[in-house]
Amino acid sequence: MSGFVFDRLHLGRDTREMPGAALRVHNLRKTYKDVVAVDGLELEVRLGECFGLLGPNGAGKTTTIEICEGLTVPDSGDVELLGMRWSTHAAELRQRLGIQLQETQLADKLTVMETLRLFGSFFHHGPSASEVIAQVQLEEKAKSRVGGLSGGQKQRLALACALVGDPDFLFLDEPTTGLDPQARRQLWELIEQFKLQGRTILLTTHYMDEAERLCDRVAIMDHGKVIALGTPRELIASIGVEHMVEFSAGGAAKALEIPALRRIDGVRDVRTDNGSVLMQVGELHRAVPALLDELDRQGVPLTELRTHSATLEDVFVTLTGRHLRDE
Amino acid sequence: MSDVTAIPDIRPREAAAKSPRGTALADHPLVQLTLTRFREFLREPEALFWVFIFPILLAGGLGLAFRNRPAEVLKIATVTPELAQSLRQDKLLDVEQLSVPAAEEALRTGKVALLAVPGAAGTVVYRYDDTNPEGRTARMLADRAVQHAAGRVDPVASSDRLMREPGSRYIDFLIPGLLGMNLMGSAIWSMGFAIVDARRRKLMKRLVATPMPRAYYLLSFLFSRLLMLVIEVSFLLSFGALVFKVPVRGSLLDLALLCVLGSLSFGSLGLLIASRVKTIEAASGLMNLVMMPMWIVSGVFFSAQRFPDMLQPVIKALPLTAAIDALRANMLQGAGLAQVSPELMVLAGWLVVCFPVALKLFRWR
Repeated sequence: MSGFVFDRLHLGRDTREMPGAALRVHNLRKTYKDVVAVDGLELEVRLGECFGLLGPNGAGKTTTIEICEGLTVPDSGDVELLGMRWSTHAAELRQRLGIQLQETQLADKLTVMETLRLFGSFFHHGPSASEVIAQVQLEEKAKSRVGGLSGGQKQRLALACALVGDPDFLFLDEPTTGLDPQARRQLWELIEQFKLQGRTILLTTHYMDEAERLCDRVAIMDHGKVIALGTPRELIASIGVEHMVEFSAGGAAKALEIPALRRIDGVRDVRTDNGSVLMQVGELHRAVPALLDELDRQGVPLTELRTHSATLEDVFVTLTGRHLRDE
Repeated sequence: MSDVTAIPDIRPREAAAKSPRGTALADHPLVQLTLTRFREFLREPEALFWVFIFPILLAGGLGLAFRNRPAEVLKIATVTPELAQSLRQDKLLDVEQLSVPAAEEALRTGKVALLAVPGAAGTVVYRYDDTNPEGRTARMLADRAVQHAAGRVDPVASSDRLMREPGSRYIDFLIPGLLGMNLMGSAIWSMGFAIVDARRRKLMKRLVATPMPRAYYLLSFLFSRLLMLVIEVSFLLSFGALVFKVPVRGSLLDLALLCVLGSLSFGSLGLLIASRVKTIEAASGLMNLVMMPMWIVSGVFFSAQRFPDMLQPVIKALPLTAAIDALRANMLQGAGLAQVSPELMVLAGWLVVCFPVALKLFRWR
């Protein structure tokens, strides 16, 4: 298994050779005043896959997705979507895309049914409003005003608005941000159904568990560039660790001898973060007893100890030295 | 790299499998957008109040306050039965015969407008406050009654024909003014708030992300405005006609055309105001800034002629002045469109300037 941290040239060649791409993005750039939002981005989404754009806030995910949606004009670069370009086929593209934007508030005074009939009227093809309502399980709310829906219901309505044109390509920008865990799981189930229907999906998220569950492939973005690309499993494997051990040693953390921890058998890397220590570990059953012995030797009391399997979050931390939700 | 391709190869979805949408008129985007405008308006109780109830309350209140009163009977006092009898010949005088101290008290406290007392050698003395119009009127009526009773014959016979017909009262002046004010307010408010709110919620951006033709979005405002206009105008005019008998002397078709043109001009002004603004606060500030001066100078409640001559060209160039002047000419003088062509030019001018500029400046997100 090779690493999945690419340079731009590598990705660029990759993009041109791949057949059956639903979306190709080449050398995309966008600058807002003095902030470089997207910096020479390369991306390819294949037909029928669910592709995740992952990264912290401000990584350029939304700018990228809005350029692909034809809502923002890039400073330079090329976007080819379903074999078409915005400059020449905007009207055709609009008919075939389903879009969910971040933080859209639909009209409060309309009912769910009225909202979907309105959106449906813009598309030549597609299911009826009541069919879409059934698809997102909002039947009981069909006659309710949008203003009275819960956050999760509003988000499902936003999805319904994206589906009402029976799209081939779905753009979902942070579909579950701000929702409670139950509403998120409900939304994930819906998105999984869309995948089964053969739609291509590009979604952005800063939730790693969301990307791991939904996406066939993910691109991790930071500072307007893709810094890693692959299936969630591959990306996790690429950092060469299976487990993460995190512990706190109370007020004594400063006295801790970090180099001694690094020498423990099976430990790949050790970081300190706000008084807690994060270790990448190959084999948990060897590393943990050794760690406890070492702490005992140093005379440092353990106040907290947690372990988990390596996740995309750890991939991000490994690649950038920062946590995803730091910003 | 080869293992990255382990994704099932899903063929593009068949276009033939897609169900074409019904072609019913109700599913036309323009119809749906216009319906949306209506629903949003009708489900906003405040908007309904300002557009329908407020002008009626204003017309009713002001019509009542400034109504033309029937000629009033004046109270006067006298101290002798002979004088009282002479004075009672005039029906417009309410004569009270009092003792001298009581009569003086009544005059001093304003209960009577005039006190008639016998003077020396058969003369009559009128005591009244000559700075009070009632006193002066009472003096004329009382003296006429006394002289007639004493046998005076008027050299010229005269008779009265009373003018109290609709068309020249304050309420007749007011209703066209309120109509103009309503045309302006509802066009600018409905346009401004709806657009800025959609932009603020990013609903406009969401609509732009669909295949919706952008012109339809703006046209839906035009259509809903014109339909609302029919309801608003007929509501206010019927109120004026039924309650105050305010006439419409000009042609109703001309009046309708005036309202449509006025509405289009104010609508494009509203579109211009809303073309870039992103917050409701900024929008309402701007709208008030535009409308407030016109409420004052354009002759809604009192004639615009009261402002200095120097300002008249500016005032005449304002769209509300033009709209109200044209409406008054139509309703009160029965003027045709040709007679109000200067006003029509002003309204058309605002439309022709504001609309393209608004489109040019308009931000869809």
